[in-house]
Amino acid sequence: MSTLEPVPSSERVPTMQRILDNTFLLLFLGVTIPTVLYILWGVMELVSIPLAK
Amino acid sequence: MTAETVIGAVGKQAEFRTCQYTGLKVDVAAQTLIKANAVAAVVFLLIGGLLGLSVALTRWPAVHLLPAEWFYLALTGHGANVLLFWIIFFEIAVLYFASAVLLNCRIAAPKFAWLGFILMIVGALLTNYAVLQGDSSVMFTSYPPMQAAPNFYLGLILFAVGALIGCVIFFATLVIAKEERTYEGSVPLVTFGAITAAIIAVFTIASGAVILIPTWLWSLGLISNIDPLMYKLVWWAMGHSTQQINVSAHVSIWYLTAALLLGAKPLSEKVSRTAFFMYILFLQLASAHHLLAEPGLDSSWKIVNTSYMMYLAVLGSMVHGLTVPGAIEAAQRKNGYTKGVFEWLRKAPWGNPAFSGMFLSLVMFGFIGGISGVVLGTEQLNVLMHNTLYVPGHFHGTVVTGTTLAFMGGTYLVLPLIFQREIIWPKLAKLQPYLFGIGAAGISLFMMGAGTLGVPRRHWDITFSDAPIAFAHSAGAFLMMGLNGISAILAALGGAIYVIVVVGTVLFGKKIVGGHKLTFPLHSGGGAAVSHYGSEGAVKLPGTIILITIFFVSFVLYYFINWKYLSELWLFH
Repeated sequence: MSTLEPVPSSERVPTMQRILDNTFLLLFLGVTIPTVLYILWGVMELVSIPLAK
Repeated sequence: MTAETVIGAVGKQAEFRTCQYTGLKVDVAAQTLIKANAVAAVVFLLIGGLLGLSVALTRWPAVHLLPAEWFYLALTGHGANVLLFWIIFFEIAVLYFASAVLLNCRIAAPKFAWLGFILMIVGALLTNYAVLQGDSSVMFTSYPPMQAAPNFYLGLILFAVGALIGCVIFFATLVIAKEERTYEGSVPLVTFGAITAAIIAVFTIASGAVILIPTWLWSLGLISNIDPLMYKLVWWAMGHSTQQINVSAHVSIWYLTAALLLGAKPLSEKVSRTAFFMYILFLQLASAHHLLAEPGLDSSWKIVNTSYMMYLAVLGSMVHGLTVPGAIEAAQRKNGYTKGVFEWLRKAPWGNPAFSGMFLSLVMFGFIGGISGVVLGTEQLNVLMHNTLYVPGHFHGTVVTGTTLAFMGGTYLVLPLIFQREIIWPKLAKLQPYLFGIGAAGISLFMMGAGTLGVPRRHWDITFSDAPIAFAHSAGAFLMMGLNGISAILAALGGAIYVIVVVGTVLFGKKIVGGHKLTFPLHSGGGAAVSHYGSEGAVKLPGTIILITIFFVSFVLYYFINWKYLSELWLFH
């Protein structure tokens, strides 16, 4: 049986759903995580390569 | 304060129409923008597709169509036009549809949206102009120290700024919809998928700006040097993440098509949204698999970004791979197709090009693009096929059989619902996704086969005819390249039919008026299913379980075959 699930205003919205409903929090996470793990960490690796003499 | 006052453009009162098939309220300004972006997308697909055909016919040793200079020019133009321009114009149309149309609200600041569109057009034309001048044959990746004309980079920068404006308009439209309460609770799943695509697009475009602006200044002589490895690192944050925008967008189109054609709802909103959330957090990190053979980056960075984080994003894709066919099976069983394990699949609307395009995209993306992507993203296995034709084979499996086929299928929904034109030549339209899908699958598989046999990517002449030391690939490699050429002709034929049907429909298709019965009908509950939050709930899905089992067995077998192959190369006895 299919159900539509509009959340009644009186019911407490689960934390995970509040996170997923917060577009700008998701935007922050989606930009920050790859920036730190991929770009910043990668740049640190590259700048720490000793220059050839 | 409204979203429009924040971005400085208070729009006039919006004008709406109500779609007779979905019941959705359509902002006319959003509709016009969707049309413009979709038309631009198809034009650049045509240009990129023709260039792609010439590349494939050159790689076919028996034909070897183009001289070397033209080959690299065509390869550069092919990459830019299909990997960026076709895809991103279409994605901007998807963003506007998933926000303004699915949320029944007006689009934010349409004049700014037009500014974005114009910048994208100018940028795409400028880059094409630079490529066709012949002094920017640096291929899509444009690795320094190869240098293109300044207009090549400037065009890409303008295009990216325009696309960024499109993303800002999308987010502002979400804010308007929330402020004006045009929907209840959470946004529909298709809109959530579009949010995922837009978030990845922001990261992608920002990374592009970080690397392309200094490279443009370098091409103007204002900067003396661009470090090649630093360029590769940051460029791939853009280059591979553009393809992650695609994944999010085409998965959204899978859900959209299933909802509109069959009345399918997600099996579980929570599960599907968590899968998209995995994309938001981890999918961009897969960019690292392009750098797995770089000695300047250590294994920790490589393994964390690919083998740890990327697998979490792969988990997201596997969840969608279960929930999309599962939602289709659940809907079809509810529609009365309950006999046996596979009646729901046999009696699916295979004659509707929107459905066939979507389902072929789903299957081929999983089996071809998905499995090969995991293999390529494994550091040890990557060395087997790094920089061989396996790599373009893989991404043709994701971008062509996955994204392009899904977008083609989606176009057969856009034409009647947004352009309000009946599709002309329906028999040709029915054939089109199969022709294109089989051709594109052949391109992917045969390039992967050739790559496994050692054929390099980005090489004009695989026979190495002018090499001082003679070398010959195996006969199997030549067979693969010939089959790749034949597949490219099939795909080009399918692509040509797509362009002819789309352009013909837009220009000459019968105008849809009230009471018109569509040639390719929608489900009566499709509009409600696609525009509301709601799960199908727990249902028995024996057919889907069998399909998923076949997928997992194929995945595991192929993965371990590659480990076996690697162990033979290492000669550990």
